[in-house]
Amino acid sequence: MRDCIYLDNNATTKIDEEVLAAMLPYLTLYYGNPSSMHSFGGQVGKATKTAREQVASLIGAQSPAEIVFTSCGTEGDNAAIRAALMAQPEKKHIITTEVEHPAVLSLCKNLEKQGYSVTYLSVNGQGQLDLSELEASLTGNTALVTVMYANNETGVIFPIEQIGSMVKEYGALFHVDAVQVVGKIPLNMQESTIDMLTLSGHKLHAPKGIGALYVRRGTRFRPLLIGGHQERGRRAGTENVPGMVALGKACELAEYHLINVGHEQQLRDYLEQSILTTIPNTAVNGHPVQRLPNTSNIGFKYIEGEAILLSLDQFGICASSGSACTSGSLEPSHVLRAMGLPYSVLHGSIRFSLSRYTTQTEIDRVLEVLPGIIDRLRALSPFNSDDATWLQEQEQAVLAK
Amino acid sequence: MWDYTDKVMEHFYHPRNQGAISASNEGEAITIGDVGSISCGDALRLYLKIDIATDSIITASFQTFGCASAIASSSALTELLKGQTLDEALKITNREIADFLGGLPEAKMHCSVMGQEALEAAIFNYRGIPLDNHEEDEGALVCSCFGISDAKIRRVILENELETAEQVTNYIKAGGGCGSCLADIDDLLYSIAAEKANTIARTTEVVNNYATLTTVQKINRIQQVLEEIRPTLIADGGDLELLDLEGDVVKLVLKGACGSCSSSTITLKMGIEAKLREKVLSTLVVEAV
Repeated sequence: MRDCIYLDNNATTKIDEEVLAAMLPYLTLYYGNPSSMHSFGGQVGKATKTAREQVASLIGAQSPAEIVFTSCGTEGDNAAIRAALMAQPEKKHIITTEVEHPAVLSLCKNLEKQGYSVTYLSVNGQGQLDLSELEASLTGNTALVTVMYANNETGVIFPIEQIGSMVKEYGALFHVDAVQVVGKIPLNMQESTIDMLTLSGHKLHAPKGIGALYVRRGTRFRPLLIGGHQERGRRAGTENVPGMVALGKACELAEYHLINVGHEQQLRDYLEQSILTTIPNTAVNGHPVQRLPNTSNIGFKYIEGEAILLSLDQFGICASSGSACTSGSLEPSHVLRAMGLPYSVLHGSIRFSLSRYTTQTEIDRVLEVLPGIIDRLRALSPFNSDDATWLQEQEQAVLAK
Repeated sequence: MWDYTDKVMEHFYHPRNQGAISASNEGEAITIGDVGSISCGDALRLYLKIDIATDSIITASFQTFGCASAIASSSALTELLKGQTLDEALKITNREIADFLGGLPEAKMHCSVMGQEALEAAIFNYRGIPLDNHEEDEGALVCSCFGISDAKIRRVILENELETAEQVTNYIKAGGGCGSCLADIDDLLYSIAAEKANTIARTTEVVNNYATLTTVQKINRIQQVLEEIRPTLIADGGDLELLDLEGDVVKLVLKGACGSCSSSTITLKMGIEAKLREKVLSTLVVEAV
């Protein structure tokens, strides 16, 4: 496979070489079952204990016992939401947002069919929540508030502790999908209102197929997977030991690299500002400041995202888009739509997400080729001509709907 | 990532005939066809420069807002149009556009349909046929999200031999919004399949009765059936004439509005050919000349 400039780190990340080195012996030499009584399995059990401590340390948990290893972020979200509902069967109301990941949104839609009422909080044009809407939605019947820490598409960060304080006043449980946040900004569960928090290994340089759910000590929890006694009865199933070791190591490295996250932000800002100043009719989607340091979502007016992505791919540059054409669905990004962006912008939105491996040379290369790509596609577009009538008619027709 | 053919990518990276046509000489006319919607993420403006005397396309060009397959389909369409008369151009199907590109992913077939629709819109504009009176708009609205009628869904099902609602969504987006019309699309698919099965059953019966007809007997019977069909066509501003019979191939001349109608293929196959097969001989094939 050819070398690429990988700017799609919110989708998945490269496995760190130290992480790979840490996990490999548990795929080859140390393959024992940590539940076994013999010493061959016992040494594996010690490795998982270390991994649990490493994960707990990164998010500032009080105890490693608060960490439940899962298979992915989706499992963490599903386990937390269902656990919260099963633990409070008398309560039938859930609050979430319109911009959640499908791991939460699709489950909430499914729960509506099972008799739960769900409030979907809206966002403004910068992707931010209106906390008065949350306050008006909370009742004594609210079992759970489940909100993402930062949005995967725009990087917009929600005011989690403010939300948590409001949630606690009503006695509801508070779950946070922090898949995009862990390893990118410092977290401290000991000083937090969060009851449960989801993270996923492949977003922070561990392999796919491993994640974790933080469950605050004392939180009423009912397991999603029922079987053996693994994970202290909170998640049955033989442990993915190499994955756990990898996630632990990735968390240890992330904790170390958190002190240098300014590197990503500096490059992100350089990329973003250069695009905005050199390419006309572009705008950042999302709040200018309350954002993850590695994420930039930019709308290129008049053109369509898939065409931009494929053109970038020709130069070995990987990014992503929320356009309908990319996903195969007929609807563009639900996040950008919830923000009320005009269709002429949201169909042409591209997400660049950086990692600690991103270099200045790579960003310079993107800036070298991107203006030409945008020029070429805009020259093809009927909406970029002097006659703006058709586009205006189209936008008005959408508004009239 | 989509599995695009090399030809799709070639036309995406190097589209032919892009841009507007604004200048024309004496004896030439420029017409434009706009289709698509910004909310759906694709829109196409097709330009045709027409030689008025010969009623043929001198050049075609396009401007497209859309993905790689939308741009490639637009480029392919302009290549297919070279040297065509308007009547010939109207017979181009979305399938031909897709085939020109070596195929499109099924979820992207709607891009080829958009090209065909832009072509119709441009020619209808030139001929002064109001698009609002397009026969497809006369059908009942099935998909309110994308404003698609049962007549249009029926046409695409027949022309592309579609079998599932998912395929219909891939070709014209109907059912791809709220999904509440998917059951109606299923009903349309079921009724079309039932019509086909019924036609096959009846023609099988007829063939047993008419297998021994002589050529003169066949022509006489064909003429009788055509005389039954003509009043309907005449009422719509069209007509037909039997030109020849070669073996089992019935050669017809479509006249007036029928000659330029975008649905002439459906009229020929679902209307005239089906009736001839039912009443004369199940092996008859109808061709317009």
